[in-house]
Amino acid sequence: MSLAAPGAPTRDGPLRRLSDLFMRRPRLFLALLLTPPLLWLGVAYLGSLAALLAQSFFSIDEFSGLIVREFTLKTYGELLQPANFDIIVRTVVMAALVTLFGGVIAFPIAYFAARYARGRVKALFYLLIMLPLWSSYLVRVYAWKLILAKEGVITYIADHTGTRGLLDAWLSLPVVGGPSLSISYTGTFLVFLYLWLPFMILPIQASLERVPRSLIEAAGDLGADARKTFSTVIFPLALPGIVAGSIFTFALTLGDYITPQIVGSSTLFLGQAVYTQQGVAGNIPLAAAFSVVPIVIMGIYLTVAKRMGAFDAL
Amino acid sequence: MTTPSTIPAVRFRAVARHFGEVRAVDSVDLDIAEGEFFAMLGPSGSGKTTCLRLIAGFEQPSAGTIEIFGEHAEGVPPYRRNVNTVFQDYALFPHMSVAENVAYALMVRGVGKAERLAKANEMLALVKLANFGARKPAQLSGGQRQRVALARALINHPKVLLLDEPLGALDLKLREQMQVELKTLQRSLGITFVFVTHDQGEALSMADRVAVFNAGRIVQVGRPEEVYERPATRFVADFVGGSNVIEPEAATRLRLPAGAWSIRPEKITLSATGNGPLGRVESLQYQGAQRRYVVAVGPDRLSVVTAAGTTAFTPGASVHVDWPADAPTRLEG
Ligand SMILES: Nc1ncnc2c1ncn2[C@@H]1O[C@H](COP(=O)(O)OP(=O)(O)OP(=O)(O)O)[C@@H](O)[C@H]1O
Ligand SMILES: [Mg+2]
Repeated sequence: MSLAAPGAPTRDGPLRRLSDLFMRRPRLFLALLLTPPLLWLGVAYLGSLAALLAQSFFSIDEFSGLIVREFTLKTYGELLQPANFDIIVRTVVMAALVTLFGGVIAFPIAYFAARYARGRVKALFYLLIMLPLWSSYLVRVYAWKLILAKEGVITYIADHTGTRGLLDAWLSLPVVGGPSLSISYTGTFLVFLYLWLPFMILPIQASLERVPRSLIEAAGDLGADARKTFSTVIFPLALPGIVAGSIFTFALTLGDYITPQIVGSSTLFLGQAVYTQQGVAGNIPLAAAFSVVPIVIMGIYLTVAKRMGAFDAL
Repeated sequence: MTTPSTIPAVRFRAVARHFGEVRAVDSVDLDIAEGEFFAMLGPSGSGKTTCLRLIAGFEQPSAGTIEIFGEHAEGVPPYRRNVNTVFQDYALFPHMSVAENVAYALMVRGVGKAERLAKANEMLALVKLANFGARKPAQLSGGQRQRVALARALINHPKVLLLDEPLGALDLKLREQMQVELKTLQRSLGITFVFVTHDQGEALSMADRVAVFNAGRIVQVGRPEEVYERPATRFVADFVGGSNVIEPEAATRLRLPAGAWSIRPEKITLSATGNGPLGRVESLQYQGAQRRYVVAVGPDRLSVVTAAGTTAFTPGASVHVDWPADAPTRLEG
């Protein structure tokens, strides 16, 4: 007597036998599924990271320009020289400001989208957030260069609203000012802010979306007014999203080497430094040491965030 | 002059709450006395939760007035009502410890940390969770979470406690245990409980009074015995305990006076030689402590419940159905 139900498909063919095998040995299936990505992560990603780290402990022979493959901290010493250290400070300050302002701008937008927007409005929200990501990064940065240029839209608007004086006053400030917005740190900042905003909004929105309405009602029920509810329930629960968003904006600003080249004063940012050191200058060890900086900074950032309990609500 | 006892804890007058076309609550009048254990019973979607949310202040009525201890509740936000809620999903704050959850209401009021945690531990002891303060809600079982939600809602000594199917997620044994504990707690604290459930057994066993909801309206309010023994409408007769509803055309066939009637299954007795109408056993269900029959009397079907010790009849047997003179209850309309 056959155990198969009448009409059940007969078991033959190599594919069917394979699927039977996977059914009986799910771990084998899992191993097969995970091997390619793990190989990729292990070899291509972690491997190159290790190679990078190793390179940063080599040095360059000043006369021949050849890499000396011996352990030394000389390259890191070079990193701390004022010219190089300034680059690091400049980049970190820029990344921090972009992250801070990004968070401040993104939160209300994300909050509205998560708590109030429904149906069509929500679809429109996603569209508006994602739309910029559909066009080339370069096109958008160049567009901003035009907007911020001396003959650009911003100047035009300032002229016609009688705020030209304000704009000029801002541009005459030290550090943040410059000949025009497109040739100043302010311009670089604005473009970064624009570029990375979606990466801040979406994780915050996702984390707010997961806060059940009943939690907010419970806080109100127990005597918390809107402000208290926000500070004790909504904000802590959104914190993992804020941290995730800030990791994006912070890391993306730290590593970017195109935006400051197109919009901004001619001073270097970290990414540009890496680019010139490994390209024109051919100083791979210093380039490697420069690239280790954002990794270390992100490591510190994540550790501090974890200590402060940013991931407790995960 | 009115004495405090005559002011109801909660008063609804012609209260309605509509969501567009949906009449979630449709003209409800209600008086809940202070210190009462009041159950709201009804099928899914009948407006029980909406009523509770109207009392808590999460919803505003589309029409009518709500008074809480004689004060108009209109425009009073939830955080200024002396009413607390145990939510259906407990709504514990996942990022806080159990003790912090319970102490939340005190924290919001600015009570110092040491004092509020001491109070929280008192409340946790009251719900028998004395050593669980340091845990996170995710590390608790369903029943324990339910108790934390209860402790959290009680720490402010609310005048009215609203409970939205608080036992719905628990298994039968735990549920029965919690029913007893809740009732005991309510008696000792003297707080008005408004308890939503769609389990008629729960409502009847715990409540001082039961309101039966159907389609956004209250169809009957009364003590559990009244609602159970004397259902006012077909809906109540059927929903509360699955009573036999006898339509007017069947009444004469069953030797009842004209009108619609309800007879409880357990009031009917079966016998081989009785005086009542003769029927035939259609089916028999053995349920441990009792037997449940369906008896066909002519074209009519009666459900009958008998105690385990009485004579059993097999399907197909001819039986006489009898009931005491006071068993049939006349139904409205
Ligand atoms: N915010 C809302 N928007 C639209 N309709 C709603 C809303 N809240 C409730 N309703 C509708 O109102 C009716 C009553 O809902 P309610 O939650 O009060 O029922 P319930 O008696 O608590 O049911 P259950 O036993 O399933 O919890 C339902 O038809 C529901 O779909
Ligand atoms: Mg409900």
